[in-house]
Amino acid sequence: MDIFLQFDLPSILLGSLAALACGLLGNFLVLRKQALMGDAISHVVLPGIVLGFLFSHSTGSWAMMLGAGAAAIFAVLLIELIRRVGNVEPGAAMGVVFTTMFAAGVVILERTGTAGVHLDVEHALYGNLESAIWLDAYSLSDLWNWQALSTLPESIQQLFVVNLLIIAFIVLFFKELKISSFDPLLSASLGFSPKWLGLALIVMVAVAAVAAFSAVGSILVIAMFICPAATARMLTDNLKVQLVLSGIASLSAGLFGYLLAAFGPGLLGYEFSVSAAGMIAVVAGLQQLLAMLFAPHYGVIMRRRRQKKHAVA
Amino acid sequence: MEQFFAALTLSAGYNTALVCIGAALLGAASGAIGVFVLLRKRTLISDAVSHATLPGVALAFIIAQIYFDAGRSLPVLLFGAALSAGIGVLAVDWIKAHTRLTEDAAIGTVLSTFFAVGMVLLTVIQSLSLTGQAGLEGFLLGATSGMLRSEALTIAVAAALVGFAVVLRMKEFSLLCFDEAFAAASGYNVRWLDRTLLLLLLGIVVIGLKTVGLVLIIALAIIPPVAARFWTDRVPVLVAIAAGIGASGSYIGAALSASAPNMPTGGLIVLVLFGFFVVSLLISPVRGILAAALKHYRFQRIVHLRQGLLAIAHEEPVLEPLTRSILRRGGFMSGDGQPTVKGQSEARLIERDQKLWNLYREMHPEESHALTDWSLKPIGEVLPADTVKVLEQELCPQFARTDETGNGGTN
Repeated sequence: MDIFLQFDLPSILLGSLAALACGLLGNFLVLRKQALMGDAISHVVLPGIVLGFLFSHSTGSWAMMLGAGAAAIFAVLLIELIRRVGNVEPGAAMGVVFTTMFAAGVVILERTGTAGVHLDVEHALYGNLESAIWLDAYSLSDLWNWQALSTLPESIQQLFVVNLLIIAFIVLFFKELKISSFDPLLSASLGFSPKWLGLALIVMVAVAAVAAFSAVGSILVIAMFICPAATARMLTDNLKVQLVLSGIASLSAGLFGYLLAAFGPGLLGYEFSVSAAGMIAVVAGLQQLLAMLFAPHYGVIMRRRRQKKHAVA
Repeated sequence: MEQFFAALTLSAGYNTALVCIGAALLGAASGAIGVFVLLRKRTLISDAVSHATLPGVALAFIIAQIYFDAGRSLPVLLFGAALSAGIGVLAVDWIKAHTRLTEDAAIGTVLSTFFAVGMVLLTVIQSLSLTGQAGLEGFLLGATSGMLRSEALTIAVAAALVGFAVVLRMKEFSLLCFDEAFAAASGYNVRWLDRTLLLLLLGIVVIGLKTVGLVLIIALAIIPPVAARFWTDRVPVLVAIAAGIGASGSYIGAALSASAPNMPTGGLIVLVLFGFFVVSLLISPVRGILAAALKHYRFQRIVHLRQGLLAIAHEEPVLEPLTRSILRRGGFMSGDGQPTVKGQSEARLIERDQKLWNLYREMHPEESHALTDWSLKPIGEVLPADTVKVLEQELCPQFARTDETGNGGTN
């Protein structure tokens, strides 16, 4: 039990919270057809994180968060500038900006010798879920003990705050987000600018991306943004239900992904464990695959069956 | 620095030279294919393709290493990469066609979950402690240092082949990009052409894995065409410029990385390419920012000058500061705001011109509508002389009559 509490539980918490933060915001990205904005943002935050780290000399600090947020806003403005000035297609403008900023991040990382100390490229790509440990936990009762809880790794506490922030953002601006996602023109005519709300959403995405970044790495953040939301989108037409479903999907991906990574190979008779962050994303992808195939109304199999029935009739 | 120039002039050893040439060929081929991917607005599908290569590479390594002890063989790894990338592309198409999810969500799903599978497999490789796994790291961000001669040669030859294929199919691809329906009606198999395009793109991604790395390889297919787009509107020229930018960017980047072996090659190449992009964006005479600003400035000057002179002709005060300064600089107005003699005479000319234009607009509304942009020029430069004469007669019948009698007198 000790080992579970000290080593497994923190990782599960970290993975699930990271998945939840991204999964909830992902709903709006998917609805706005901006799923790849999640992709772009998760790449462009790298230079911001590196600069923030150089500035503050500690990982998991708020300086890194700030740097990442600034980098995200800079990227959005740059994409917009290239799109307008150069009359370039949005996807291409995005591609130019995010590859360049990611490359800049990688080069700064190697150049300044930060690499290998606390941050390195592999860390940025893969995350470091297994490094979360909670040495002060000895029994289940510690879960209700405030003092013991406060010794949880800083990254978990940070993610917890970020999650609260995101839920507050969604609850407070639910109506605005909903209208501007489905009908930007109506939203503009009702008096709240879809542009500003879009920018606020991107900033929240950046915050979630950074908080999740150190846990699961920049590329799996994309899976967290898209897969749970896409899973939920296959299952329902109601945005509130979709949000709840995506939350459940994220949490279950975090939980089962970790368990599968840590104990799955053991069940097959191997001694090792595999990348937990990778497994979480794989589980999220599998959930989406199941939803795409078997969803009650929009699933491929149900639709086939309906078509067949229709053809017979 | 010395090392960099040595690499740049191909004198830093045979291997480095081969790597640089291979990178240049790769850049040229990917720039060329990127043009069509860009014109078809499918840029970001290459992101899914590149990330989807990872599980293939890892699986190919495991199988090759365990059963044949050939895990480092580049062709085997690249074959695996191509296979899983192909499955990735099909998956994107399937999701787009059969579910309610849009293309962007499909791309995001495929790229992240395939990459995740690859990551899991990489940790399996680590745990199995297979030999030769160190080379796999290079597939992420590119590593040309320590590349074998045979590998560099494979890359160079394959890139040249793909580039050649693109040039051969240039006409069909242009048709596909600009008018798909016409291409289909002309008897081309559009579906097959589209597949060919994606297949070539996939080829480039796979070939470039070792040099640029799978995270950044898409930059090689995106940035050169976008940069080239600022210079021209013609497809063959576009392909040539994109290939040139891709080649020189990759070449310089590879040379840079030869002088700094621990820097990821992919990152350096992308930054150099971005430099080319920024230069194109700023100074291209066709669509660059500088050219656009210059054009705007000239236009603004003409409008202000014309309005200012019209105001003088109507004996109205000119209050707008920019107009005043333009008039003063042209010598049409003295320092105290009074029109000069030159200004007076020029104002009469412009007034007449404006009246003729107004009349033309009244008489021929449709034609003049098509000429809106031209109506800032003197009417004699835009319209044929006889039309202007008719307008003049209409504007001032008295003058026209004397003109006629004058003519009659000489006869």
